[in-house]
Amino acid sequence: MTIFGVPVTALLSQLVVGLVNGCFYAMLSLGLSIIFGMLNIVNFAHGAFYMLGAVLTWFGFTQFGIGYWWSLLLVPLVLAALGAVVERGLLRWLYRVDPLYGLLLTFGLALMLEGALRYKYGVSGLPYSIPDAFQGAFNLGFMFLPRYRAWVVLASLIVCFTTWLLIERTPLGAYLRAATENPNLVRAFGINVPAMITITYAVGVGLAGLAGVLAAPLTQISPLMGTNVIIVVFAVVVIGGMSSILGSIVTGLALGLIEGVTKVYYPQASNTVVFFIMAIVLLLRPAGLFSRER
Amino acid sequence: MKRKLLVVIVTSYLFLLCGLACAQAKPSKVSDGVVKIAVLTDMSGLYSDLGGPGSVAAAQIAIDEFGGKVLGAPIQLVSADHQNKADVGANKAREWFDTQQVDLIVDVPNSSVALAVSKVANEKHKLFMVDNAGTSRLTNEDCNSYTIHYVYDTYATGGVTGRAVVQHGGNTWFFITADYAFGHSLQDDTTRAVKAAGGQVVGSVQHPLNAPDFSSFLLQAQASKAKVIGLANAGGDTINAIKTAAEFGINKTQTLAGLLVFITDINSLTLPVTQGMYVAEGYYWDMNDDTRRFGKKYFAKMKKMPTMAQAGVYSSVLQYLKAVQATGTDDADTVIRKLKETTLNDDFVKGGKIRADGRMVHEFYLFQVKSPSDSKYPWDYYKLISKIPGDEAFQPLSQSRCPLIKK
Repeated sequence: MTIFGVPVTALLSQLVVGLVNGCFYAMLSLGLSIIFGMLNIVNFAHGAFYMLGAVLTWFGFTQFGIGYWWSLLLVPLVLAALGAVVERGLLRWLYRVDPLYGLLLTFGLALMLEGALRYKYGVSGLPYSIPDAFQGAFNLGFMFLPRYRAWVVLASLIVCFTTWLLIERTPLGAYLRAATENPNLVRAFGINVPAMITITYAVGVGLAGLAGVLAAPLTQISPLMGTNVIIVVFAVVVIGGMSSILGSIVTGLALGLIEGVTKVYYPQASNTVVFFIMAIVLLLRPAGLFSRER
Repeated sequence: MKRKLLVVIVTSYLFLLCGLACAQAKPSKVSDGVVKIAVLTDMSGLYSDLGGPGSVAAAQIAIDEFGGKVLGAPIQLVSADHQNKADVGANKAREWFDTQQVDLIVDVPNSSVALAVSKVANEKHKLFMVDNAGTSRLTNEDCNSYTIHYVYDTYATGGVTGRAVVQHGGNTWFFITADYAFGHSLQDDTTRAVKAAGGQVVGSVQHPLNAPDFSSFLLQAQASKAKVIGLANAGGDTINAIKTAAEFGINKTQTLAGLLVFITDINSLTLPVTQGMYVAEGYYWDMNDDTRRFGKKYFAKMKKMPTMAQAGVYSSVLQYLKAVQATGTDDADTVIRKLKETTLNDDFVKGGKIRADGRMVHEFYLFQVKSPSDSKYPWDYYKLISKIPGDEAFQPLSQSRCPLIKK
């Protein structure tokens, strides 16, 4: 059986690898939209933090023998701490000015991080092998799915769902949402709003770090890996609606799938299809597909 | 009487002026009193490990060996980042030639940029020595008399690897191709070699430059059931394709053929992932005393071994300076004529010849990547399989599509 000249089995396998990419888009755009939604900061350093997550995983392993599982726990924490420092030290001076300044600051930060690591390690990439527990592949009938990629899908779905639950369904999330809606009123209730903002930024950056750890065994860890992905992730966030958490998750996964299909039918367009969709969405629904009216 | 005196004064003043000017011009025939060499390269993108800062260092080594001066004039080195954009590269080249007195541009990874710079060099009548771009169009459709293609081209690397793999039984091919000038050239040239050796091509897929994920393309290659997957790409793209293939276990059922692989790629991927692969190169640091001499000099500066392109930058700068020295001028036409007459010998090349189409013909090598247990010391990566004479490795003049070649 074929669909437009492509066997169904081939199409299915492309959808599966598209889903894996979609998981990364979802995780990264999730962090971005949390930060934008709560802080109104366009965090251009997100790709650099993702890259830093992968580099730290490699660094921890080669320098200190820290294994994959410990990295999965430690690296996001380290990056969250770094995020807190950046927010306290730099970003909080910019809340009263135009969001453009935040964009420029984080963009500059990203360039500095990438430049420094490129100087140190070059661009060919650092090798990090797949953990032993995930060697091998599942036979899905139509394809062999490497175990590690299956794990990435599982892990990122758990992370995305937990984050969504935390923000939409817990008291802490309610405070957070209230603090962004009307900070003065929330402060009047005795809630420490600046601390909440720091935590939010730290969590967003930590999520990028987690995605970096998950990506480390999949590609060569290169200082350029963040730049390559961040533009797509921004498109995902714009399509989903800048501050919608559910929107960024769903859009991330969906765009991964669409990219996968594009790679079968017209591979040359696989890098542009996301932006094509973004243009259409901006024309028809400028606020994004999942945006909530305020 | 007064008028006569005036005439004498004026003429003697003119003589004096001329004398001063002539005296200044006389000691060397170097234009602007300086020989300026420019490295145009990818300083920060996916090809910056193949060329980049390493190419600048290699050019500096050549200049240092020459003592920093030629014909009494200082040799100056400048460099710029073309960001893998053809327009940026061409504009920089134009600026260099027009306002910065640059005499020679070298390196230029990325075929699209090299093709653009080649056109500028031709227009400005200045020399361009390509060390790091692969497309064979540079000496075919797009050849010109001011461009010398020095190190490798897609005909050589694709052809040598292609023939070797077919000879070892890999007779059905599927290509994963970078979708720009270089990738297309590499696929076309390899296809010709594969067919000539009795193999066949069952399909291909084109990916954008700097593709973030190769699993889709590899699955398509796997579905084709071809025995060999030809990687018609370079740098970071080749690295990620090979790594992903290992993850999906594709390298166990099908042979991966990297059609342009550099030693830095092998170093990044590590031997366990790459062992057994065939690699066609024009230089490997650990072949003889000469190659080792340059390799070690470079290593002392950069803490890694040079790629064939970086070694080629060294050689092309050195040969250019020798030609300037020999002809006593930095006039591009004279130097090019000299270069094309000379048999080139240095730490990089032995008995090299530059043809009328601009192709530098030299010996090429087929290597196999060693297994981790065979590798005895750092950067001990290649086992020499065969030496291919330049006339066999590179496209014969009789097949050339270059308009400069009269048939």
